[in-house]
Amino acid sequence: MEATQLSPSAGIIQYATDKRKKALILAGLCLLLLIVFLLDIIIGSVRIPLREVFKVIFSHTENDTWRYIVEKIRIPKAATAVLAGCGLSVGGLQMQTLFRNPLADPSVLGVTAGASLGVAMIMLAGGSIATLYTIKELGISGSWLIIVAACMGAAAIMLLVMSISGTIKDNVMMLIIGIMIGTITLSVISIWQYFSSPELIKDYLLWTFGSLDGVTGSQLYLLMLAVAIGLIISFLSSKLLDALLLGENYARSMGLTAKRARIIIICSTSLLAGSITAFCGPIGFIGIAVPHIVRSLFNTSNHRILIPGCCLIGTILMLLCDMIAQLPGSQTVLPINIITALVGAPVVIWVVLHRNTISRQ
Amino acid sequence: MMNNPLPLLRTIGLEAGYGRGRKKVSPVPGPLDLALHAGQLVCLLGPNGSGKSTLLRTLAGLQPALKGSIEITGAGAGKLKPAQLARKISLVLTDPVRYSNLEVWSLVALGRYPYTGWMGKLSDADKAIVAWAIGATGIEALLNRKIATLSDGESQKVMLARALAQDTPLMMLDEPTAHLDLPSRIQLMQLLHQLVKRTNKGVLISTHELDLALQVADEVWLLQAGGQLSKGAPEDLVLNGIFETVFDKEGILFDKTTGTFNMHQGSGKKITLTGEGAPVFWTKRALMRQGFTVAPPSSPLNEQQPTADHVRISEKDGRTIWVLEQDGKTGQYDSVESLLDALK
Repeated sequence: MEATQLSPSAGIIQYATDKRKKALILAGLCLLLLIVFLLDIIIGSVRIPLREVFKVIFSHTENDTWRYIVEKIRIPKAATAVLAGCGLSVGGLQMQTLFRNPLADPSVLGVTAGASLGVAMIMLAGGSIATLYTIKELGISGSWLIIVAACMGAAAIMLLVMSISGTIKDNVMMLIIGIMIGTITLSVISIWQYFSSPELIKDYLLWTFGSLDGVTGSQLYLLMLAVAIGLIISFLSSKLLDALLLGENYARSMGLTAKRARIIIICSTSLLAGSITAFCGPIGFIGIAVPHIVRSLFNTSNHRILIPGCCLIGTILMLLCDMIAQLPGSQTVLPINIITALVGAPVVIWVVLHRNTISRQ
Repeated sequence: MMNNPLPLLRTIGLEAGYGRGRKKVSPVPGPLDLALHAGQLVCLLGPNGSGKSTLLRTLAGLQPALKGSIEITGAGAGKLKPAQLARKISLVLTDPVRYSNLEVWSLVALGRYPYTGWMGKLSDADKAIVAWAIGATGIEALLNRKIATLSDGESQKVMLARALAQDTPLMMLDEPTAHLDLPSRIQLMQLLHQLVKRTNKGVLISTHELDLALQVADEVWLLQAGGQLSKGAPEDLVLNGIFETVFDKEGILFDKTTGTFNMHQGSGKKITLTGEGAPVFWTKRALMRQGFTVAPPSSPLNEQQPTADHVRISEKDGRTIWVLEQDGKTGQYDSVESLLDALK
């Protein structure tokens, strides 16, 4: 065959140097991630010197307060930020590829709305004194009850979306159905809010602001497990995602079983978005913004690079948002959801204006 | 090759369309018995809305057949798994691919999808085939561009390279020349024609561009609006008048002698024309556009009307001149435009 006689063309050599550049960017981001992670532990209402942080982690410190803060509050919070950053960004990337829509994010499947419905049911039902007591005792974000409710709400919507996705033919229909289910769910919550007392609504609203605090101990391990499974499925399906870049028909002509691929991708996204929403509340904008930053930075569409890239950038951005939320030098902490939107939206605008990664349809 | 007993693609009693049961819409009721052999370029021709795309998508396995069966290299298409089918048929579709943000090399490399492992990593052999596909389509200069930055013609060549990289015995292209300018169309068709001869692939192209199809097709499948299909060598379909009946629309005539459609029926003043070579052809076209009925001077038309205007094309000092004899006067013109001005 002629193929063997042809030497690799200039483009392929260029491709190799590109690869080296990408590896360099990847290494730089890892370093940045480490720095941001440590900064996130240092910064807060109580400033803890870096040396003391290292002492807590690697040896022993005499200052019990600092050790408590670092071990029980700062590190779990930073770890939660890492998990949320990874999971939401990769979920967003998967949705943007599956639906070939630059505005898609994990919430388009209605999973986030489903989790909110679960939480609303617990908080706004308001009948049972036991419920209120648990919430008051354990705090809103740390309550197992809230987490279980959010998980069940997310799972219910996810099952509904999955059962529909098995019967329909194309992804645009899936996108519309997902958004509509989300809208219906949010309307149900609104009706509930309308008939609830102001105090109950306040509790629910606080949950919707999102929070990285309070996910500790066994909760953190559970979240870690869910996000890890979601990320592994997602990384294993990078070949499916690559094929879907050309649309469903081309993907099928290359041997992809479209329905199976869709179910796998929806499944891992639901797991990622559902678990994170359950533990941290609905955190917006990371899912939309990060995939765009990654595509523009690595200048590629290859999901074997994009998925780790999303994990890195998502994590860094989430940790940065968390630091900003602490309002360094003050005692006030802003809700994380506000910060992700304030940081995420300008980033998306900048990317759209400066890099031609979202091409014309 | 044409006598190969086992066709790459064969249909038996095929009916193509959408939907099931009562809601069935069947633009191609058939039943169709078709065969496509290795080394053959077949053009699926038909007016808009005749069901070309539906039939092509059905043959490609993108939508189920309503009735009948399709065999790909002797095996029932329904029994093939998607991954197996992907090693038999590659496609160039009309679906937009611009959004993908892919660079050209990666897009072509996606053609190796059915052969790579679960991570999609390319072996050296895969890369060699990708390089061959890039060379065969002549897109080396585009490799580092994004698909979104390419022109329609370039992008179509890239999609063809991707299909070639898929290395299948059968290739199907849905309206590959749509949106292309004339030179790009001819270039693409030429490329396909050469590829068929060089690689011995079987290629099916759906198009409504009759003139191009007539030049490159080994066989034409001509689909009519009602869903009947006539097949044969393009020349046979011209000579037995099938083209004329299928493409028959008001004010449009298929000219058997030139193989082209004429928009303008000469109904106005008669004019006679003499001369040689290309200038005669183009002058005739210009005159017909202006509504003249053009005839050579020896035709019976001329004898009935001896006073008809006459245009004589000749050469003077190496340049073409047009001599118009009108009502006994004679004028000389140096371009078709000035001749037409004089006739107004």
